[in-house]
Amino acid sequence: MFDNVNLQQLIFGRFTLDQIPYHEPILIGTFAGVAVVGLAVLATITYFRFWGPLWRDWVTSIDHKKIGIMYCIFALIMLLRGFADALMMRAQQSIAFGDQQGFLPPHHYDQIFTAHGMIMIFFVAMPFVTGLMNFAVPLQIGARDVAFPFLNNFSFWMTVSGGMLVMVSLFIGEFSRATWLAYPPLSGAAMSPGVGVDYYIWALQIAGVGTTLSGINLIATIVKMRAPGLTMMKLPIFVWSSLCTNILIVAAFPILTAVLVLLSLDRYLGFHFFTNDLGGNSMLYFNLIWIWGHPEVYILILPAFGVFSEITSTFCGKRLFGYTSMVYALVVITILAYLVWLHHFFTMGSGADVNSFFGITTMIISIPTGAKIFNWMFTMYRGRIRFEVPMMWVVAFIVTFVIGGMTGVLLAVPPADFVLHNSLFLIAHFHNVIIGGVLFGMFAGVTFWFPKAFGFKLDEFWGKMSLGFWVTGFYVAFMPLYVLGLMGVTRRMQHFDDPSLQPWFMVAAFGAVLIACGIGSQIMMFVVSIRRREELRDLTGDPWGGRTLEWSTSSPPPDYNFAFTPVVHDSDAWWDMKARGFSRPTGGYQPIHMPKNTATGAILAALSFICGFAMVWYIWWLAALSFVALIVTAIVHTFNYDREYYIPAETVSREEAKRMRELELA
Amino acid sequence: MSSSTLRPDRTTLADTRRRSLLRRCVPLIALPPLMTLLGGCNLVVMQPAGFIAEQQRNLVLASTGLMLLIIVPVIACTLFFAWHFRATNEDAVYDPEWHHSTQLEVLIWTAPLLIIIALGALTWIGTHTLDPFRPLTRLDAKRELPANVEPLQVEAIAMDWKWLFLYPQYGIATVNELAIPVDRPVTFKITATDVMNTFYVPTLAGMIYAMPGMETKLHAVVNKAVDSEGRSAHYSGAGFSNMFFKFRGVADKDFDAWVAKTKAEGSDLNQDAYLKLSEPTESEPARYYKSYAEGLYGKIVGLCTRPGQMCMSEMMAIDARGGQSGPEGEENYKRLQYDNHFAREGHEAPGATGPASGTGPHGQTQPEGMKPRPDMGNPDSRAPEPDKAKPETGSGSPDGGQIAPKQISQ
Repeated sequence: MFDNVNLQQLIFGRFTLDQIPYHEPILIGTFAGVAVVGLAVLATITYFRFWGPLWRDWVTSIDHKKIGIMYCIFALIMLLRGFADALMMRAQQSIAFGDQQGFLPPHHYDQIFTAHGMIMIFFVAMPFVTGLMNFAVPLQIGARDVAFPFLNNFSFWMTVSGGMLVMVSLFIGEFSRATWLAYPPLSGAAMSPGVGVDYYIWALQIAGVGTTLSGINLIATIVKMRAPGLTMMKLPIFVWSSLCTNILIVAAFPILTAVLVLLSLDRYLGFHFFTNDLGGNSMLYFNLIWIWGHPEVYILILPAFGVFSEITSTFCGKRLFGYTSMVYALVVITILAYLVWLHHFFTMGSGADVNSFFGITTMIISIPTGAKIFNWMFTMYRGRIRFEVPMMWVVAFIVTFVIGGMTGVLLAVPPADFVLHNSLFLIAHFHNVIIGGVLFGMFAGVTFWFPKAFGFKLDEFWGKMSLGFWVTGFYVAFMPLYVLGLMGVTRRMQHFDDPSLQPWFMVAAFGAVLIACGIGSQIMMFVVSIRRREELRDLTGDPWGGRTLEWSTSSPPPDYNFAFTPVVHDSDAWWDMKARGFSRPTGGYQPIHMPKNTATGAILAALSFICGFAMVWYIWWLAALSFVALIVTAIVHTFNYDREYYIPAETVSREEAKRMRELELA
Repeated sequence: MSSSTLRPDRTTLADTRRRSLLRRCVPLIALPPLMTLLGGCNLVVMQPAGFIAEQQRNLVLASTGLMLLIIVPVIACTLFFAWHFRATNEDAVYDPEWHHSTQLEVLIWTAPLLIIIALGALTWIGTHTLDPFRPLTRLDAKRELPANVEPLQVEAIAMDWKWLFLYPQYGIATVNELAIPVDRPVTFKITATDVMNTFYVPTLAGMIYAMPGMETKLHAVVNKAVDSEGRSAHYSGAGFSNMFFKFRGVADKDFDAWVAKTKAEGSDLNQDAYLKLSEPTESEPARYYKSYAEGLYGKIVGLCTRPGQMCMSEMMAIDARGGQSGPEGEENYKRLQYDNHFAREGHEAPGATGPASGTGPHGQTQPEGMKPRPDMGNPDSRAPEPDKAKPETGSGSPDGGQIAPKQISQ
C-alpha cells in the first residue's frame, strides 16, 4: 500500500541535487567568494577567541545599542549584495544591444532585478533605518533601553533570518522573477511554479514579523520611557520622526503580511484570490500591496529627515528653525501617507475622479515636505556651519532630494504619469529620492553617531571620498535614466534593439562604477578609522558639540546609558544643560535594574529560518516540526523568570569615575 | 555643491560680479552642445505625433515649469546659505537662538501651497480631459472633431509575448503591427490573455494596463504619418524585452490599401490558429489575418477561448442568481479553469522549475516560447542544433500569411 509513496519527495520535498546551480559560473564564483570570505571570518573569530564574546555580548545581547549596531552592519552587508546586483544590471544593459545578448539571459536577469529591489528596500534600507532608531532613540529620550528589550533582539534576528533566506536562494534553487512586489498573476502558481516566489514570500513574512515587533517596541519606548520633563513637544526631531515611522510600520506591515498570506494561499492551497481562474482578480493585490507600499516609502524617508534635522542644527550650532512646524509636517506626512497609494497605478484605468483625487493628495504631501526643506534651509541661515562630513551629506541631500521631489510630483499628475509610468524616468525618480534621501541620510547618521557608538570618529578623508563618489556617481548613473525615460525606454529590459540608446546606458554604468568607488571608500573609511582609532579617539562623549541627550553620556555609553535619569527642561536638552553650566554628579549611585541577555531570540529566528526553508521546498515534516519547536520555545521562554539583574552601585560608581578621568583628560 | 560656492577667499565686488556673470554664461555656452546631444537622441515622449500625447507632453512641461518656480530658489538659497554661513566666514551673522519667524513660517507653508493649488487645478482638469475612457472631442489643438466621423475600433490584446490587434470594422487582425489612419479618432479596447501588460505607444498616447479578464479603454488620434514603436511597459515574464510592435500612422488612402492588402494576402485566424498563436513566443514578426473567429475578442475578455470553457459573464450571471451547487456546480468548476498555462497539457509555464516540471533552476532550460540564447554553461543552448540555433520565425506558429516576414527588431 506504500507503493505510490515517493520516499525522496517525502523527505526532501521538491528539493533535488540538480537544484544547486553548479551550471552557472557567476553563481559558482560568488559561492567560492562567499565561502572564502566566510572561512576567513570564521578563522579570524577562532584565532582571536572571539566566539564566546560574540555569543555573550552580541548574539544574545538585548542592549539596544548593540542591536542597533548589528542592524547597521547587516544593512551594510546586504548593501554589498544588492549593489552587486545593480552592477550586473547596469553591465547587462550597457552591452545588450542588437545582436549582443549580454551575459545575462532573461531568466537570470529577471531574478537579479527582483532581488535587487527587494533586498535594497527590505534588507538594506529597513535595517539601516531600524538600526539608527534602535541606537539613538533610547539615548535621546534618556532611557536605559527600549520598552521590550528581548523583543528587540528577537526582531533583529528575524530580520536577519529573512535576509538569510534570500541569500540561500542564490545557491539552492532560484529567486523570484516576478519583480520586487511580486504582482500576480505573474507571481501565481501557474506562471511562476518554481521556488523563487516562495523564497520571496517566506523571506518577507519572517522579516516582517521582526519589523512589526520592532515598530511596536519603539512606539512603546517613545510613549512610555521618556525622561522626566521631556514632553512631546520637547522631543528631538529624530525621536518624533521615529515615532511617526513606527506608527506607519505598525499600521502598514500587517497589510503586507495579509496580502502575502493571500498570495501563499493561492500558491500553496489553490485558492483564487489573484488568479485568472475562478473569479480571482489581481487588481486587489495591487491595491493591497500599495496600501502597504506607499507608507513604506515614508517609513524609509522619515527617519532620514530626522537624522538631517539633528545634524543640521548640531553643525549649524543653532536651534532647529520651526520646530513646531517640523513636528506638524511629520504628522501630516504620516496621515497623508495612507491616502496616496493609488498613484502607483494610475494606468490601471480608474476613472478621472479617482485618479485626480490620488494625484492631488500626493501633491499635497509635497507641502509639508517642502516646509521641512525650508526649515533646514533657515536653520543654516544665521548659523555657524561646520562642514564636517555629516553636514556635507545634508547639503548633498537637499539639492538631490528636491530634484527627486520635483520629478515625483510630476509623476503624481496622472496624464503625465501615463507617459512616464514604468519608464526609466520612474526608476530615476525613486532612486533619486531613495539614494539622495534615505541612503544619504543613513550614511550621514552613521558618520554622526559612529563616535557615540565606538568612542572614535570616522576618518574624514575617506568620508569625504565616499561622499564625493556617491554624489557624483548618483548623478552620473541616474540623470541619463531621466533622459532615457523621456525617450520612451521602459524598465526591466534585458535587451534593446535601438543602438542609439547605448551611450546613455554606458554613462549610467560608469555612474554605477563611481558608486562602487563610493562604497569602496566607505569600506576604507571603516578600516582606516579602526586602525587610527587612537588618533581619532574622542574622550568627551560629545565630539560634535551636540544638542541632545545622547551626547551627555560617555562614548561608547555604559550598559545602563545614564547613571542618573536626566531631567529635561528644554528641547535640545544637552545644549540647555551645557548652557546652564551642568556639572556631573560624583556620588550617590544606586544599583541599576537591567534586563538580562537571552538566546531565545536567536533560537526562534533560526527555527523560523528552517520553517521558511522547509515551506519553500515543500518539506512538510520539517516545516511542521520547526513550527512546533518555534511555539514550544516561545512558551518555554515565558517560564524563564531569570530575566533581570542589578548592576551594583559599585560598578556604576567605578564606570562613572572612569568617565570623570576621561573627561579630565579630554 | 560646487567647489566655487564654498570658496573661502573673499573677492572684490567687481570680481564676484564678473565671476557670477561667467557662471551665468556657462550654462548658455554649454546649452547648444547639450541640445545637440539631446536632439541627437529621440525624445519620443517630447515629440508626440498624436493630440493626446501632445497634451500630455504639454502637461509635463507646464508642471515642471511650475515646480521650477520653487525648486530653483530652494537649491540656490541652500547653496548660498551653506556657503555664506560657513564657520570660517567671520562676517556672517550668527544667532544661535534664532529659530522662529512667523512671517517666514507663513511663507514656507503658503508658497508650496500656492504652487500645489495651481498644479492641483491643472491636474484636475488635465486628468478629466485626458481620461483614457473619454471619447475625443477634438482632432488637435486647432480642429474640432467633425460630426460625421466614425472612430476606428481596435481591440488590442497582450499575449505572451506579442500583441494581437483586431479591427472589428474591417474583420481583419494583425500581430505586432498596428496601423491607424491619420486624423481619425481611434477607440482601443485593451485586454490581455495571461498576465498583466501595459499598452504603450509613446508617440500616440500614454499607457494603460492590459489585464486578463478585464477590459480597459483608450481614446486617441494620430495627427501625422509616423513610423514608430509601441510596447508593453509592464514586466510580463521572460519574453518581455522583445514584446514590442510596429506602430504606423498612415494617410487615409494608404490605410485603405493596407486593409485591402491584408484582406487579400492574410490568412484566417480561426479557433485553432488562435490557440496556436496564444502559446508563448518571443520576437514574433508582424502577421496579418484577413479574418478572425467570430466573437474572438469577447471570448478573450471572458477567458473562454478554449472549447468548453465557461465565459466570465456566464459565471457572473450564475453568481448573480445565487450560485449553483451539486453536480452541475462541479461541472461548472471544471469549465472555470482559466489559466492557459494549466490548460495546455504538455506545455510548460514560462520558467517552470523544480521536480514538478522536471526542469532545473536558474534557467538551465529555456522557458517555453523563448529562443535559445548563447548562455553561460547552459547545457541546452551551448551547442544548439543547427535548425534550433536559427530562430526560424515561422516555426511552431500559426501559419499566418506573412506579407512581410521581416522582423521588427533590426
